[in-house]
Amino acid sequence: MSKKDLGLLVLILVVGAVVTAINPRFLLPINLANTSNLIGLFGILSIGQAFVIITGGIELSVGSLVALLGTLFIDFIAVREMDWPLAFVLIIVLGAVVGLVHGWLITRLKLQPFVVTLCGLLIYRGVARFYTADGTAGFAFGQNFPDLEFLTAGRSYGVPNSFIALIVIAVFMWVVLHRSVFGRYLYAIGKNEEAAKYSGIRTGRVVIAAYVICGVLTALSAIYFAMYTRSISPASHGQFYELYAIAAAVLGGFSLRGGEGSLIGVILGTVLLQELQNLVNLLGIPSSLNFAVMGCVILIGVLVDQQWGVFRARRRIMEAARRNVAGAPAE
Amino acid sequence: MNYSETSFVQSTTAPFLSLEGVRKTYPGVVALDGFSMEVRPGEVIGLVGENGAGKSTLMKILGGVTRPDSGTVTVDGVAHEGLTVEGSIGSGIAFVHQELTLFENLDVAANIFFGREPLKAGPLKLVDRARLREMVAPLLKRVGANFSADAPVASLSLAQQQMVEIAKALSIRARLVILDEPTSSLPIAETEKLLDVIKGLKAEGISVIFISHRLHEVERVADRVVVLRDGMLAGTLPKDQINHDQMVKLMIGRMLKEREKASEAGRAPGRVALSASAVRTSAYADRPVDLEVRRGEILGLAGLVGSGRTELARVLFGIDERLGGSVALEGKALDVRSAADAVASGIFLVPEDRKLTGILLDLSIAENISLPNLPAHAKRSLVSTRAELATAEKQKKDLGIKAPSVLTRTGTLSGGNQQKVVLAKWLAMSPKIMILDEPTRGIDIGAKAEIYGLMRALADAGVAVLMISSDMEEVIGVSDRIAVMHEGQISGILDKDDFSQENVLLLAVGKKPKLAQAVGEAQ
Repeated sequence: MSKKDLGLLVLILVVGAVVTAINPRFLLPINLANTSNLIGLFGILSIGQAFVIITGGIELSVGSLVALLGTLFIDFIAVREMDWPLAFVLIIVLGAVVGLVHGWLITRLKLQPFVVTLCGLLIYRGVARFYTADGTAGFAFGQNFPDLEFLTAGRSYGVPNSFIALIVIAVFMWVVLHRSVFGRYLYAIGKNEEAAKYSGIRTGRVVIAAYVICGVLTALSAIYFAMYTRSISPASHGQFYELYAIAAAVLGGFSLRGGEGSLIGVILGTVLLQELQNLVNLLGIPSSLNFAVMGCVILIGVLVDQQWGVFRARRRIMEAARRNVAGAPAE
Repeated sequence: MNYSETSFVQSTTAPFLSLEGVRKTYPGVVALDGFSMEVRPGEVIGLVGENGAGKSTLMKILGGVTRPDSGTVTVDGVAHEGLTVEGSIGSGIAFVHQELTLFENLDVAANIFFGREPLKAGPLKLVDRARLREMVAPLLKRVGANFSADAPVASLSLAQQQMVEIAKALSIRARLVILDEPTSSLPIAETEKLLDVIKGLKAEGISVIFISHRLHEVERVADRVVVLRDGMLAGTLPKDQINHDQMVKLMIGRMLKEREKASEAGRAPGRVALSASAVRTSAYADRPVDLEVRRGEILGLAGLVGSGRTELARVLFGIDERLGGSVALEGKALDVRSAADAVASGIFLVPEDRKLTGILLDLSIAENISLPNLPAHAKRSLVSTRAELATAEKQKKDLGIKAPSVLTRTGTLSGGNQQKVVLAKWLAMSPKIMILDEPTRGIDIGAKAEIYGLMRALADAGVAVLMISSDMEEVIGVSDRIAVMHEGQISGILDKDDFSQENVLLLAVGKKPKLAQAVGEAQ
């Protein structure tokens, strides 16, 4: 764990302690379970985003994609009465295809990630609303999917299964990002794509793979979100989720220029964001201020991190100078 | 009468600039240690020294950016303990830096008088274009410019841009112009123009300090050479003693034998390793290039900047698309579509721009070295740090990379050591073809010699080495054969007997060389 991650963890614990002191309900099992469920849902989404951000890209369409794929999933199993495992696989494949198309447009046709995914944001939202004729996708009365519901919205020993899913995915993706050849390529491309290309890395393929990973994880979280809300109005479902994901990555130490950040960081970023949401609710802060609180905390976090870097650099120089003065021969 | 007498006195006795016992220390280093020198009016001083010898610190003191700890700087008879920036400009010292500081989107005239434009009367304070042009014309004439005052700077060649910088210096009535590595990125013909401009300045009584790593140029223009070593004056060479070996000896404190070793090949050339037939590149899409590189040779590729050499290298390495023709590796047709393809077939490139494309400055030495060959340093797709470090340690030792450890960030290394890391990542694999684009640009003399040695060792091991270089001494000193490019095509290939600066230059501008054989026939 890096110092940055450690700092974030301390911040999470301090905020938790303060909230508990003011409102002890923070630590009630029901509150913790609810919060960790949300952490699970947003965490899966944020890990996907992190893989794109590490390459220096950005994926703005994930919120709309959560709406579109969620709508499709519910439609598949509730209206078209498809077997849920089949629908599950289909949605994941769809997510992968979307990622593939985005990656292809960005690497082969040299479009900017921001532009491509901004168009995706508009397109998927529009398609989702059209698909339901601006209605709501939901289950009919009495429709039940016990296995699916257990895996997505259920709990094991009091722990939400969505949170367990996040842990499993996080461990796997940690290995991919921090230990694998592919992960090393991702960092190299994020730091300097040209130099990576000159080292014989097929940078296009690696970047496409990052968008596919993001698409797959977004599809997975779309299913989790759908089963959590159980009814989806595509006009608002998943709105701003891309920003939650980006915010979690930035809080977790990712640079939007690429090449920086850790998996633990993005998880901790997600935890902090959800803790803040919870804080707004528990401390009786008007929920309209929700976004304002999040924005302030992110701004302060980034500011402190940046200033801390400046301070450390300065201290290093001063120390080096002092050592030299002490060590210099007397004249 | 009176006027000419004073000017005579000035030019012989009173130096325009003199430094006495200048000392400057930074934490941990003594940058200048009691350095003294003087510059007389109309004198061209060649200032040479290895990287880190103290040249930059000296420049900073003369520019007024930093103050010396002790010693005096006397400019035009006025002693200063430390110049200020305003004092430096005010007393007529002007700089032309290696990295140009022009606004590319503005025209020549606007650049020369930037911030000092003549204005029209009236409340709008519009720029008086006509007056501006009148003011610029004589300046451009003095530097022998072959471009107009209206030309956008972006459309000018590097040498022309440097002329604009010099014109700018003249516009503030400079009496001492300091040129910091002005020719390091200039092709041969343009360098000639610049050297002429220096002579022109001298004729006007303006002093020049010419800093360069290209010693033969220093040899040609300098009236006196001042050599810096470890912050001290290593020696001063008067006009008649200026020669390459003397300068090198003073610079590094010993004679250099590496280059001779690098050039004493004299073996029979091997089979053709890489052949390009009718290859067309983006630089000159209508001109096919034919080139053969043999095993065990260093083929120098000379030519003017923009003659299409780098583009050829980029096509061979798969970075740029091949617009036509074919490439064969050891006789077999090869279709390289990406750098990854090239690397897989054993064709490696040490690119021109080390910091942007050669290495990743943020990664460690070990990470840079293993990057092109990462799957070989991994088990089941997971990177084995142990294998990676072992490779890096071996390369660090073999190439003599000077760094605290292989985990050191490459961004903190010197240019020469960074270049060694670029070489190391390819040497750790097994190269068949090694293409080096300006391999020693911006590298000091000691590291240069080591890189020449490495290139020769590669060739001796049977690798075909293709070296692109604009440094005449380097091309002639290191190559076994020299191919010269002119406007997108190979204009000629010189064998060892025909190596001369003149021949390379003639071919580079598209003329016929004077070959030893042809001369013999004529007689």
